[in-house]
Amino acid sequence: MAADASASTLPSRLPRLSIAGVIGSIVLLLAVLLLIKNFTVAPSRFVEVTLIGVTTGCVYALVALGYTLVYGILELINFAHGDVFMLGGMFTITYATHLFGLHEGQGAVTVPIIFATLLITMLTCGLLNASIEFIAYRPLRHAPRLAPLITAIGVSFILQNVALAWKGSNFITAPDVLPHSDLFNAWGINYGWSKFIVVGITIPVLLVLLWLVQRTRQGKAMRATAQDKDAAAIMGINVNRTISFTFLIAGGLAGAAGLCYALYVTTVRFDQGFQLGLIAFTAAVLGGIGNLPGAVLGAILIGLIQSWNEGLPWHMPGSDWTQSIVFSILILILVFRPEGLLGERTPEGG
Amino acid sequence: MAAADVWKQYGLPRFRALPDERRWTIGTSAAVVLAILLFFIDHALGYAVLTITALWWIRHLPPLPWRLVAEVVLVAVFLVTGVSSLAIALAIAFAVFWVPQPYRTRVLPVVAVALAILYPMFQTKMFTVPVFGVWPDVATGVVMLVFIMMAVGLNIVVGYAGLLDLGYVAFYAMGAYTSAWFTSLQFSKRHFHFGAVGITPDLPGIHISVWILLALAGIITAVTGILIGLPTLRLRGDYLAIVTLGFGEILPQIARNGDNLFGTGFNLTNGPNGITPLDSPGFGNGISNLTGGFLPANYLQCCNAKVLGHQIVSTDVFYWTAIVLLLITVFCSLRLQYSRLGRAWIAIREDETAAAAMGVPLMRTKTWAYASGAFFGGVAGAYYASFRSATFPGDFFFNISVFILCMVILGGMGNVWGVIVGAGFLAYLDREGLANTGAWINSNVHVGSWHPNIDVPLYSSGIYGLIILVVMLFRPEGLIPSRRRAAELHEGVHDEYLYDVQHAGAEAT
Repeated sequence: MAADASASTLPSRLPRLSIAGVIGSIVLLLAVLLLIKNFTVAPSRFVEVTLIGVTTGCVYALVALGYTLVYGILELINFAHGDVFMLGGMFTITYATHLFGLHEGQGAVTVPIIFATLLITMLTCGLLNASIEFIAYRPLRHAPRLAPLITAIGVSFILQNVALAWKGSNFITAPDVLPHSDLFNAWGINYGWSKFIVVGITIPVLLVLLWLVQRTRQGKAMRATAQDKDAAAIMGINVNRTISFTFLIAGGLAGAAGLCYALYVTTVRFDQGFQLGLIAFTAAVLGGIGNLPGAVLGAILIGLIQSWNEGLPWHMPGSDWTQSIVFSILILILVFRPEGLLGERTPEGG
Repeated sequence: MAAADVWKQYGLPRFRALPDERRWTIGTSAAVVLAILLFFIDHALGYAVLTITALWWIRHLPPLPWRLVAEVVLVAVFLVTGVSSLAIALAIAFAVFWVPQPYRTRVLPVVAVALAILYPMFQTKMFTVPVFGVWPDVATGVVMLVFIMMAVGLNIVVGYAGLLDLGYVAFYAMGAYTSAWFTSLQFSKRHFHFGAVGITPDLPGIHISVWILLALAGIITAVTGILIGLPTLRLRGDYLAIVTLGFGEILPQIARNGDNLFGTGFNLTNGPNGITPLDSPGFGNGISNLTGGFLPANYLQCCNAKVLGHQIVSTDVFYWTAIVLLLITVFCSLRLQYSRLGRAWIAIREDETAAAAMGVPLMRTKTWAYASGAFFGGVAGAYYASFRSATFPGDFFFNISVFILCMVILGGMGNVWGVIVGAGFLAYLDREGLANTGAWINSNVHVGSWHPNIDVPLYSSGIYGLIILVVMLFRPEGLIPSRRRAAELHEGVHDEYLYDVQHAGAEAT
């Protein structure tokens, strides 16, 4: 685009050495060395932990895509998104057990039940997210940018309390239906079916999303609205409907993530959404907010970092510090490279 | 069109367009009907609505002699029916509102402060408020004052400078832990005493006078604010909010895991157990004797005095100290508002680019906003830790940041008086109000034979979320708005979007 055109006409120059860049590279190098050391200490453990990280990363990716879609179109950090994800987990459990009577040891019937649950959960979460936009964000289109951000926090708290009133303050458990047998077991590496199924649900959803955004008419409208709302309106795009549609899609992704999480982890609690939402948001920022492949890349990276930190044996900070590490990454990225790994430089980054 | 706009566009203008008499009739009859309905639920509630209606009537009567007569009658009715404290409260309110306007704005704060100072004396004699129950006790008063201080501090960052800070609890935590480190046995390998009261001289650990410590905590927190601000304040709007949120999550985690920092065995924060007990505040025997016992030597061993028939206990002294701290905070905040720095903050809030073009140094101005906000947060945190004689990492969750933000939004961003009212009310709700209201709802509300059994305080964060949502949608300038801020929020700072032009046109006609 514009940046490429100007780059080709300018003479190329050597990148400047900045203090931040040097320190960043050193920290990165140390982290890589730490990982190599861990790999040599326990190679099979390392691979196993990495595979767990990819699985977690897939769940994060579904949530992070919702953040990125909404940010891309409205420049709004939808704090309520993590809680829509949490409610997705609760819808999954409710639909699967109460509507379809899912329980352990049902054999092959489990597969269509999970697919039906996935569809209904995605639809419910999508409608929920779209109605949140209608009630809480749309009236504030012209207000200062911080106003909808503050409302988003309010909505997030309301959703948490809705879940609290609905399901109580304890963990609620999902039926443990994913098979525990190993898909792959060699050289001391175990890779279970359950992890594979999570990846197997995520990837088709991602592909459908990419197709939707890049190949369909509605996707074109979304991209146009994200670029310039007024120009899109002149071209005959119904901007408000497109925004609603984006929220619908984002909510659907959160619902899918909720299903994966509920079936894989098998417990959901009312306050889990917000924390996980923040981690997924970090992933979206890491990949470059507003950028779909970036969100997936960032999510997988964050998933890997988290599981390496919690699972590797040799001198890792451990799960007590996961949040601090993730948020440190968030702060460092925002301060030093606000455009993320794959994004373009925006005026926001200054 | 969004649901929130329907009332604003159709309901409210139509009601306002009605002739005065019609509005009077509708309003009064609605109030009387409401009062009659409420009598079936709770007598006090019905009386309350009738009283408010009467007050509204009085306000619209011609000043003399009718209004005066009506006021005297109302006070007399309450005196006769035995609610003498309410009668006195009403009499004071009427007296204040009889003062003509230019003086009233000066009389009002003085009366409010005087009543606040006297509150421990008449707290037990106060009337019972319908739904909310008894008036808050003095310990709740201390917590309310501490939270008001924090809200006034956050108001500098959010209200004046327009920087959304979602990690304000980090400053509160810094203040509390600073207080804990320097007044407890935490660093028991050191031995350093300076002006602390109520301990033996050979006690290990660092013990510094609480008064020095309050200033120290403020300064340390302000420096932390500057350190956090320098790299991050370049970012605009929501990115800044996210970064502050990140710090607000990292610092409490350090507090939680700080009993064995980086596996070295160094105990910084005593982990989840928190640091307790802390030294009692006090002025020491020297100053106490010098002032004839007016300033107590040790707060926890206070006091043998009786004032207006009220036995003074240590909580009262903590309460009055908190009032003094709050007055200092409010004074600084008001003086800052229209200072050169304060005007620079407003300029940045309204349009950063324009402010920079007019020569406002962006980074320095924003950093000062951060530092001053952090200073008051730190002092409040330190004082609260010293009041509770403990600091726990569980007190510094994200919820508290949002809670304080909710106070600022409810009261009115940018207006110190509004923030004081909003913060006081929400802190009261948090400590006592929600529990009282919940008990009232559970015992009085019923549909047929069905009685609700709701644990209202459990849903406190949802209630704050609802308050945030409703205020932002229907009255974004808050209960007591600052005029400038209200204009920004209503007219908007964005240019009108073309795609919504139809919507805007509908609003204009």
